[in-house]
Amino acid sequence: MQQLNLLLTSLPDGLLLGFVYGLAAMGLTLIWGVMNVINLSHGPIITLGMFSTFFIYTRLGLNPYIGVLPIALVGLLLGILIYTAAVHRVINGPHLSSLLATFSVNMIIIGLGTAALTTSPYNVDFSAGSFKLGNATILGTRIIAAIVTLAFTGGLYLFLYRTRPGKFIRAVANNRAAAELMGVPSTRILALSFGIGTMLAAVAGGLIATFFPFSILSGSGYELKSFVIGVLGGLGNPIGALFGGLILGILEGIIPAFIESSWVPVIEFVLFIFILLVRPSGLFGAKK
Amino acid sequence: MKRSSTILTIVLILGLLLAGCGGNPPTEKPPEPAAPTQVESSVPAQEQPTTPPQPKEVTVVIGFTSSLTGAQEVSSKRQVNGLNLWMQQVNDAGGIKLSDGTVVKFKAVTYDDESNKERVQELYTRLITEDKADFLISPYSSGLTAAASIIAEQNGKIMITAGAAEDDAYKTGNTSLFQLYTPGSQYLLSTVDMLKTLDPSAKIAIVHENDKFSTAVVEGLKPYLAEQGFEVVLEEGYASDTTDFGPIINKIVDSGATVLLGGGHYPDGSTFARQLYERKAGLKFISLLVAPADSKFPELGEAALGIATSSQWELSATHTPEEAAALGKEFYGPTGQEFAVAYETMTGDKPTYHVAGGYTAGLILQKAIEEADSVDPEEVRTALEAMDIFTFWGGVKFDISTEAHGLQVGHDMVVAQWQKNEVGELKRLVIWPADVATIQPLYPIPSP
Repeated sequence: MQQLNLLLTSLPDGLLLGFVYGLAAMGLTLIWGVMNVINLSHGPIITLGMFSTFFIYTRLGLNPYIGVLPIALVGLLLGILIYTAAVHRVINGPHLSSLLATFSVNMIIIGLGTAALTTSPYNVDFSAGSFKLGNATILGTRIIAAIVTLAFTGGLYLFLYRTRPGKFIRAVANNRAAAELMGVPSTRILALSFGIGTMLAAVAGGLIATFFPFSILSGSGYELKSFVIGVLGGLGNPIGALFGGLILGILEGIIPAFIESSWVPVIEFVLFIFILLVRPSGLFGAKK
Repeated sequence: MKRSSTILTIVLILGLLLAGCGGNPPTEKPPEPAAPTQVESSVPAQEQPTTPPQPKEVTVVIGFTSSLTGAQEVSSKRQVNGLNLWMQQVNDAGGIKLSDGTVVKFKAVTYDDESNKERVQELYTRLITEDKADFLISPYSSGLTAAASIIAEQNGKIMITAGAAEDDAYKTGNTSLFQLYTPGSQYLLSTVDMLKTLDPSAKIAIVHENDKFSTAVVEGLKPYLAEQGFEVVLEEGYASDTTDFGPIINKIVDSGATVLLGGGHYPDGSTFARQLYERKAGLKFISLLVAPADSKFPELGEAALGIATSSQWELSATHTPEEAAALGKEFYGPTGQEFAVAYETMTGDKPTYHVAGGYTAGLILQKAIEEADSVDPEEVRTALEAMDIFTFWGGVKFDISTEAHGLQVGHDMVVAQWQKNEVGELKRLVIWPADVATIQPLYPIPSP
């Protein structure tokens, strides 16, 4: 009974955190789905989003949520820049080439970030209040982050299914050669896709900064979670990533109710291997 | 003839231009250094026999790594700042003068260990074999120090360990390690003594980082809590990179605990404190390791209020010559106030115990060299083993038994808590032991 009570207390927390995990993973899985590139610069981009929120809040004195749209825009442009500078030339090469290219971007961002910001922890001392739901304390920051995530997910869905560039992205993801024959400007569409992927990662980072302290090295943990979520939801399926994120968030919320919390990553990665073995297309299917 | 002289002129001009550009060819003879005899010749001949012999100067190389990046960055930088201040002061004062007239000065050789154990071992090997370090100072944190201590011991190099409280390294037959900090197993005992007077019926939750140091602290804490009759209602470890403490806080609340003892290092401790506040955990007392002892901690704002920590040293309860005299011990080095003023002048920041530890590590090496009247490692080792002194840091005495050689046995902890002063500023104040406390404990801590 006590553990059931603890489980119910931890569930909403995990669920709300899962929304943001899902948003971060959506960016990774979109890039994989469209261009078969595993973006190893995903973690540092999340961290850049965190620092953007920090500077917006502490240096400019603005509400951190005002920064969401500028962070999204900068994330989009940064992604297009990374694609153009590092990924485009190797996109038709073996997977290892694009993997190493994005890993290099990862190292560059971490190196520059360490030089400029050190690896000291930073903290956005912002509170959006809290309220009690039964025994659970629900934090305002997590509610807002979940709403922002839903807004971005809805926006992404509409963009992919209701706009011309979105349809182009889906066409390129399905069959790039055929799309090019139909006149789709694939290079620009790939750059746009990479930009949207990094935009989602940066926004997720900006929201996470309102929950937890962070340092320039914090992104790697969220990058690993994004891989697990991508596999859960189906690599290449951005909407599935949201559900994958919710599953991971719930697991992180409820596992510590039964066993020591340091077992959480062990269970997450056992699940990762299990899904890869028994359902490689993910729980919610992946791109064909 | 005219043509050849024109060519010669052009070659000469080009040659002059090249020379003017500083592009000396490798074969060119380098400029000769000023001959020592020139200095001697300026001295009048009749004065030469009366010139006293110049004292021999020895430069002792102190090798250590610092975590300029990674998880230990904040505390490690402070420790290194303290050590650098000591070195600067002793060198500026003309070094240590031995009885044979030798002047000993110090030089630091250091690398960034990136808070990484593998890197620590590689770098300490380099410090010993390539940089020829004479003495070593440990990196910050028990985990990194355990890695470095293996290399120091293998090479028989004396290592003063600062910023490392874990006990195990001294119980494996090592003879080259000398611990400055109070051992981890005794870290929270003063806090338990205080709780015994404040609230003997407190229910304790122990939640700690799963690392060497924090685990050693908890291993020392549990039997003492049982001995003092406290009920432990929850014991939980967490990974060093934990960011979401929500589920753990839910467990603490669910367990009915009234007091939380635990934590680990700065990143996790500051995150834990913030989330305890956000989630209104409703605990009467919270004591976390390391993080609340840092001057960055009040950046958490209201979340810092009431959080206590066991501290190796606090300026407001610094140890004094009078205290040493009362114990019949020698007081060595500057007073706490002198040290704090020098540190603030150097960095503009107030010293934490990490800084004081780094400074004292150098200070006790200085004292050992003075006592040994030599820089010979064996004689310095003997002097360290015989050491029983007081500094502003407190007592310094090492266990010299074979079971725990080098373990610190002369130093005591204080308990400090973040409280607001009369103008509402957060200050870390000493609340225990009662004889050095500057304020009463805030118990229970106010609810958010």
